[in-house]
Amino acid sequence: MFAATADPAAIAAATESSRKKRDTDDSSIVGSDFEPWANKRGEILARYTTTEKLSINLFMGSEKGRAGTATSAMSEKVRTRLEELDDFEEGSQKELLNLTQQDYVNRIEELNQSLKDAWASDQKVKALKIVIQCSKLLSDTSVIQFYPSKFVLITDILDTFGKLVYERILSMCVGNRSTLPDHFSPENVNDTAKETCLNWFFKIASIRELIPRFYVEASILKCNKFLSKTGISECLPRLTCMIRGIGDPLVSVYARAYLCRVGMEVAPHLKESLNKNFFDFLLTFKQIHGDAVQNQLVLQGVELPSYLPLYSPAMDWIFQCISYHAPEVLLTEMMERCKKLGNNALLLNSVMSAFRAEFVATRCMDFIGMIKECDESGFPKHLLFRSLGLNLALADPPESDRLQILNEAWKVITKLKNPQDYINCAEVWVEYTCKHFTKREVNTVLADVIKHMTPDRAFEDSYPQLQSIIKKVIAHFHDFSVLFSVEKFLPFLDMFQKESVRVEVCKYIMEAFIKHQQEPTKDPVILNALLHICKTMHDSVNALTLEDEKRTLAHLINGFIKMVSFGRDFEQQLSFYVESRSMFCNLEPVLVHLIHSVNRLAMETRKVMKGNHSRKTAAFVRACVAYCFITIPSLVGIFTRLNLYLHSGQVALANQCLSQADAFFKAAISLIPEVPKMINIDGKMRPSESFLLEFLCNFFSTLLIVPDHPEHGVLFLVRELLNVIQDYTWEDNSDDKIRIYTCVLHLLSAMSQETYLYHIDKVDSNDSLYGGDSKFLAENNKLCETVMAQILEHLKTLVKDEALKRQSLLGLSFFNSILAHGDLRNNKLNQLSVNLWHLAQRHGCADTRTMVKTLEYIKKQSKQPGMNHLTELALRLPLQTRT
Amino acid sequence: MEGTVNLQLSAKSVGVFEAFYNSVKPIQIINSTIEMVKPGKFPSGKTEIPFEFPLHVKGNKVLYETYHGVFVNIQYTLRCDMRRSLLAKDLTKTCEFIVHSAPQRGKLTPSPVDFTITPETLQNVKERALLPKFLIRGHLNSTNCTITQPLTGELVVEHSDAAIRSIELQLVRVETCGCAEGYARDATEIQNIQIADGDVCRGLSVPIHMVFPRLFTCPTLETTNFKVEFEVNIVVLLHADHLITENFPLKLCRM
Repeated sequence: MFAATADPAAIAAATESSRKKRDTDDSSIVGSDFEPWANKRGEILARYTTTEKLSINLFMGSEKGRAGTATSAMSEKVRTRLEELDDFEEGSQKELLNLTQQDYVNRIEELNQSLKDAWASDQKVKALKIVIQCSKLLSDTSVIQFYPSKFVLITDILDTFGKLVYERILSMCVGNRSTLPDHFSPENVNDTAKETCLNWFFKIASIRELIPRFYVEASILKCNKFLSKTGISECLPRLTCMIRGIGDPLVSVYARAYLCRVGMEVAPHLKESLNKNFFDFLLTFKQIHGDAVQNQLVLQGVELPSYLPLYSPAMDWIFQCISYHAPEVLLTEMMERCKKLGNNALLLNSVMSAFRAEFVATRCMDFIGMIKECDESGFPKHLLFRSLGLNLALADPPESDRLQILNEAWKVITKLKNPQDYINCAEVWVEYTCKHFTKREVNTVLADVIKHMTPDRAFEDSYPQLQSIIKKVIAHFHDFSVLFSVEKFLPFLDMFQKESVRVEVCKYIMEAFIKHQQEPTKDPVILNALLHICKTMHDSVNALTLEDEKRTLAHLINGFIKMVSFGRDFEQQLSFYVESRSMFCNLEPVLVHLIHSVNRLAMETRKVMKGNHSRKTAAFVRACVAYCFITIPSLVGIFTRLNLYLHSGQVALANQCLSQADAFFKAAISLIPEVPKMINIDGKMRPSESFLLEFLCNFFSTLLIVPDHPEHGVLFLVRELLNVIQDYTWEDNSDDKIRIYTCVLHLLSAMSQETYLYHIDKVDSNDSLYGGDSKFLAENNKLCETVMAQILEHLKTLVKDEALKRQSLLGLSFFNSILAHGDLRNNKLNQLSVNLWHLAQRHGCADTRTMVKTLEYIKKQSKQPGMNHLTELALRLPLQTRT
Repeated sequence: MEGTVNLQLSAKSVGVFEAFYNSVKPIQIINSTIEMVKPGKFPSGKTEIPFEFPLHVKGNKVLYETYHGVFVNIQYTLRCDMRRSLLAKDLTKTCEFIVHSAPQRGKLTPSPVDFTITPETLQNVKERALLPKFLIRGHLNSTNCTITQPLTGELVVEHSDAAIRSIELQLVRVETCGCAEGYARDATEIQNIQIADGDVCRGLSVPIHMVFPRLFTCPTLETTNFKVEFEVNIVVLLHADHLITENFPLKLCRM
């Protein structure tokens, strides 16, 4: 083994790694506590952007036989050839100039796709060429601000390629035998697969240029597993050394980041290479301030403070890889090494970003000291403070240092001139302030933010950060009386002047309130502030607001109304409801909720007075009833209105407001003709009849106990209702009208009893009003006859084939009603029931089992005392045999 | 089966006409024929016929490794002829196969080389005074290389006034053909590997690492008629288009 004997470090690394593997097998997989690259990706793409024009230069010529300086000479020529990219013929060359960033991203995505296509169509050489050309783009540092994003895009392609090659070789190993286990060893790999794998490595080793050779080999690092056990552990140090050949410090640090990333994926236990990368990087650190870099910056017109942060993503990643599960000693050593280098703000920032928050937090004062010493002209200080703040949000510094830390940090932050820099930093530190200090300090911080963000309406560009500040404050102050006593809180809210953002913020606050407020409150500070916030939300509703949004807002406002209670001061409570109604008149669910609340208030009053209203409470209850009566008509939903009329009428009745109750019921009756055939339920049109049926049945049970009005005739309301039902245009093929009439019969039967089944306390129903007066009963009977005539009329019309089944069912149900509610000693009724029995069975549509059960029931009932007449009836009811 | 060495003279060294006329006759190393199937008829469907050849060389010739160069080609081919009846054409198929010689016995003695490049060490310079100052040190771990293992070493740019553009390793083969009028020697590039891109960090060693490409390299050959040798050039490109080359002859073998 030539390579291995020549390089003792590699052997050491190899034996070390194999030892470690034995010790802890699970170290070969990265835990879930390691923040994966995928998380960083989006952040980098969002942060490193450019408005400058970019170019892609692709040379798809053959690698061999090309003169050394050919590419560089060619790229210097200015060409404006814009051709289709999908032509990768041998020797073709494309240069795409004047691309915007989005164009560039799209092109790279196209390349990614053509790589996959080439692979799928078995054009492996073309695939390799695409990858080489793409990785070559990484040696180009023009438009340097975009480099980090370019790295992200291109390494995506490399990842795709690495995966394709690995899977291809893996599939060759599988062959016709069973699949390889996850931890296969090279002996299980067959010769064809090994040969293919080796071929890839040979091909890559002959790539002329350093940067593509490095990236492409790194991308298939995992394939070393097919060749030998120690392959990866030999390869990693070699690739690490190879990076030393990259002259540009930015390009080289990203190459290191890529190697660390691949290394962490494939062999996270090989820590030595990670550390080697770090120390190599420190050795080349001085290059950043060297002439070559300076010249380049001047050429591109980029300042050092905007150049240095370009290193952060790569360095953060390298540092994060190293510090993952690393012993404290290593971290301390790394920190010391960073300290020794001059102008180390960049390093310091990465240490703070990548190391464990606890590690940084405990040494917080040291860090502040170091940050202060940093050179002003280099890495921006606000970024350093931001990184420090992020650590402090996660881990707590020693108790004794806390106030001093805040003071030191804020002293610097408050001096930041640029509002963007300022707010990015302040946003992070608000968390720390809220976590460890009282409302006094938070108030100071908020005041400072307002002071910085108000000039020139700087807040307009920083809504996300300001929102995040509000969120953090709310998360730490669950007591809303404390929160609203922070003087600057409401002025802070005033900075949200864009309506959508403002409503968004109001929503957070209300959500937090509903979640955290345990006790009902009448604190005027809270009420005032929250009414203001709710009003803001309510006022944002317009014709274009989505239903969902309205529902959410209404839910939040209702949540607030629910938590407001003035205790025994009912009048205050009612006036609060009055005020709310005027404020939230555009949200129907809120009005509905208010009506229910007022009804509940009336019932509470009744409960307190134990049913005996005094003059004062009676007046109050009438006020409540009046509130409902005038609110209901403003609603849109027809069934909402109907049900609320009924419900409020019941409440009025319970509170002895008879004429008001009558008014409610009359209003409900006069509303019924307006019920449409179809109603919209959750966006779908449904027939409304079943809802109407349900409502009317409910209504009938209430009507039983409503006393007749002295000035109107007997059973005034029932007649009125019957007229409305009669006139209502029912669905053609529906029996709902008859079902309702059957229910009316039940009601009338119940009304003719001597004492009614139920009463309302302190309300005389018709039973006590008329005391079984014969005139009343006669009226009642007349009504019954009319209704029954209607039913029979309807039964007669059901003679067509498909209607026979319905006729049988209705007939039987009518029979049952008579059986349950009628007096069968009456001959006419008796005869009618026998006829109905026959009708039900006439066309063989009846269910025999039901009929048998019914007959059994009649026989059983006839054994009860006073029910002898049923025996006779049972004899007249024959059962039809099925033949 | 046939194995031949084809030698061709480069137009550069002997002139166009000589190159055209004086092509050296191919040297046949190995040639044998066997009959695989007796005359007859194949059954319908696919028929696989196993065969084997002993690799016996002709006379006192040596079985060289397969090598494809520009002027020297060592190639082994298998040809299968199927003779058919008068009415049908005969069928022929040819296919190349690769010969790797058995590893040589004995241990390879490493021969490390240290080198230092400064303006003073350079030959072939017109105006030494115009050259920027530089000092490049390094070593190759061995110039005796096993063909299956990479060439390794290290290189340090201790100091350079001019910015460095690129450092490359150039693998060169030197083919020599003997013929009636003496001999012809030609050097051609096989591959060029960049080991440093841009202005590398001073004082930090950059690894030298090159894998020998298969087929284009073979163990160093020296015979009476022809020679195949290899060399590596370390090429340093400075800004302002200075090109510095340092040459190292290599000896390749198969272990």
